[in-house]
Amino acid sequence: MTEALRPVFAPWNDPDEKPLIQFKNVTKRFGDFTAIDDLTIDIFEREFFALLGPSGCGKTTLMRMLAGFATPTEGTILLSGQDIAPIPPNKRAVNMMFQSYALFPHLSVWENIAFGLKREGIKGDALNSRVDEMLRLTRLERFARRKPHQISGGQRQRVALARSLAKAPKLLLLDEPLGALDKKLRQDTQFELMDIQEKTGTTFVIVTHDQEEAMTVASRIAVMDEGRMIQVDTPARIYEAPNTVYVADFIGDVNIIEGRAIPSGEHVQIAWGEGVSDITGTTDKSFDNGEKVHFAIRPEKVSVSVEKPDDTPNAFQGKVLDIAYLGNLSTYHVEMPNGQIIKTQSANTRRLSRRAITWDDTVWISFTATAGVLLKG
Amino acid sequence: MRRFALIAIPYFWLLALFLVPFAIVFKISLSDIALSIPPYLPQLELAKGWEGFTKFLGALDFENFEFLMMDDLYYKAYLSSLKIAAISTFLTLLIGYPIAYAMTRASEEWRPTLLMLVILPFWTSFLIRVYAWIGILGQEGFLNQTLMFLGLTSDPLIILNTPIAVYIGIVYTYLPFMVLPIYSALEKLDDRLLEAAEDLGCSRIKAFWLVTFPLSRGGIIAGCFLVFIPTLGEFVIPSLLGGSNTLMIGKVLWDEFFSNRDWPLASAVAVILLLILIIPIILFQRNEQKQRESEG
Ligand SMILES: Nc1ncnc2c1ncn2[C@@H]1O[C@H](COP(=O)(O)OP(=O)(O)O)[C@@H](O)[C@H]1O
Ligand SMILES: [Mg+2]
Repeated sequence: MTEALRPVFAPWNDPDEKPLIQFKNVTKRFGDFTAIDDLTIDIFEREFFALLGPSGCGKTTLMRMLAGFATPTEGTILLSGQDIAPIPPNKRAVNMMFQSYALFPHLSVWENIAFGLKREGIKGDALNSRVDEMLRLTRLERFARRKPHQISGGQRQRVALARSLAKAPKLLLLDEPLGALDKKLRQDTQFELMDIQEKTGTTFVIVTHDQEEAMTVASRIAVMDEGRMIQVDTPARIYEAPNTVYVADFIGDVNIIEGRAIPSGEHVQIAWGEGVSDITGTTDKSFDNGEKVHFAIRPEKVSVSVEKPDDTPNAFQGKVLDIAYLGNLSTYHVEMPNGQIIKTQSANTRRLSRRAITWDDTVWISFTATAGVLLKG
Repeated sequence: MRRFALIAIPYFWLLALFLVPFAIVFKISLSDIALSIPPYLPQLELAKGWEGFTKFLGALDFENFEFLMMDDLYYKAYLSSLKIAAISTFLTLLIGYPIAYAMTRASEEWRPTLLMLVILPFWTSFLIRVYAWIGILGQEGFLNQTLMFLGLTSDPLIILNTPIAVYIGIVYTYLPFMVLPIYSALEKLDDRLLEAAEDLGCSRIKAFWLVTFPLSRGGIIAGCFLVFIPTLGEFVIPSLLGGSNTLMIGKVLWDEFFSNRDWPLASAVAVILLLILIIPIILFQRNEQKQRESEG
């Protein structure tokens, strides 16, 4: 499944592609509080669309509008080109996994999963085999006869997931589906979800506040804040080319350096304080001389060395403030003469290598001109 | 020691307010009617010591119970009471459930007021309220006057002193006991469950029958028992509204006590009534316990 063998999945770049879901200037207000603010977005068939954002930014509200439990105050939502506003939730080819699970407490795990299938008139062997398949998938076989209050939080979450998957809907909405699972099971389930998606062609919209999860599963990530989409892009672009400080800061670890831009030819120099030379960066945005700029650079793009490295436009001397050994990685916190602390991260490729750098050492940090991004404002 | 004291209080309560009175009633039911004060024999004469006690025991017998078995008035009264209690419980449920449901659908700020309105009748005397029904249901009562004024009937309907009046009285009186437990069960219901049901393909009505109704079952059962148990022994409502046409064991009991002054027979009636009630009371307790377990 290398990129070469599989055509790149990027329907959002194809102007002929029809989106499955279209939000057109959707606004949702509760009283005078705006939960979703003039949102326009297309989501395509077979996408694994992740909504990422802090608590209260409107992710659940967005999902509820898709499922039919809330109607937009303004704007329209189209599903396969059709306005879904008049379609009641039970007639939509959409299933939702609730953040609070919403399992039926009077029904067993088995009955919970069978609930939606029975409403479609599926019975007998077809019902049994489908429910058993879902139980196997979520590893709940042993708990089939239990009631929701007799199983753990993680197990309940899996029941909720199985119940929403059972009907194999066209669009599946997952509201923080894996939050209560431990790391191992969560990773397994993530791959399971991707596998289901491959097999069934279901479109997933998934809410998560685990950015690693979003990076793993998503075809595109939407980073939200206060009811608006700040950036919608592939995981790689969200990570490597964030469009705002907010996005850069939200996804992964990052050094944010504030400075003044000095355009010089194809590069931009950034003055970032007393006692340090300017940073050399590249950008396709145009900056005025002296304009305020944020330079965002990921720790793993910064190297540390004892000797001054050659052939690099950006090399700065500083003092090691802190070292953290994370097994596969080591991170160094290096203090610059201007007081700014730069985090660096490097892979520990050699076992038990003699640590050349230790606390309070004077070291050089360096990075290439293209390693970081320049952000306005 | 403190634990003991804590446990002792409810047991003492039970002993003082239930077991001791029951023992007294049971003893009277085994006695014979007599023209004396109190109107039964034997009396326990502690002054005569052990001999007095054995003589006392020897005089007790089950004659009254045998009499109850022989005269079909009594078992008919029991059956009729069971029937009236069952039908009125069902009617109360039929009316109480929609009320409770509507209350939980009302907006948050209205709910305390609605709850107050349900409890409000308790603020006036039960007797006065039942008398009021006489005024409403009688031949020249409000109801008939209104109906005749509207031209819906030419002759007054005969409701008072029929079983219908008894049902009206019971449903009216015991409605809060049905509404409150159902309300409390429905109020706990998470709206997300209904959304999930709809999401999985249920219509609103189907979601009600598959989710709301089964989840309010605990409240329904509690409400039914709370209505059924007191209704079975009800005396005031059938005697004021039912006239002589309604046979209920509570009325028989009253007549035996106060008209015939046959305390022993009346006590026997009461003991059997209690035995009949023990079954639903135990079932009720079991329901409550199961409810607590499934929540816990
Ligand atoms: N029914 C509602 N009434 C009023 N405010 C609401 C309602 N639902 C959500 N909100 C508000 O809208 C905002 C977004 O909520 P939500 O979509 O649940 O956020 P998220 O899922 O991203 O944490 C929150 O500030 C929340 O308080
Ligand atoms: Mg949420």
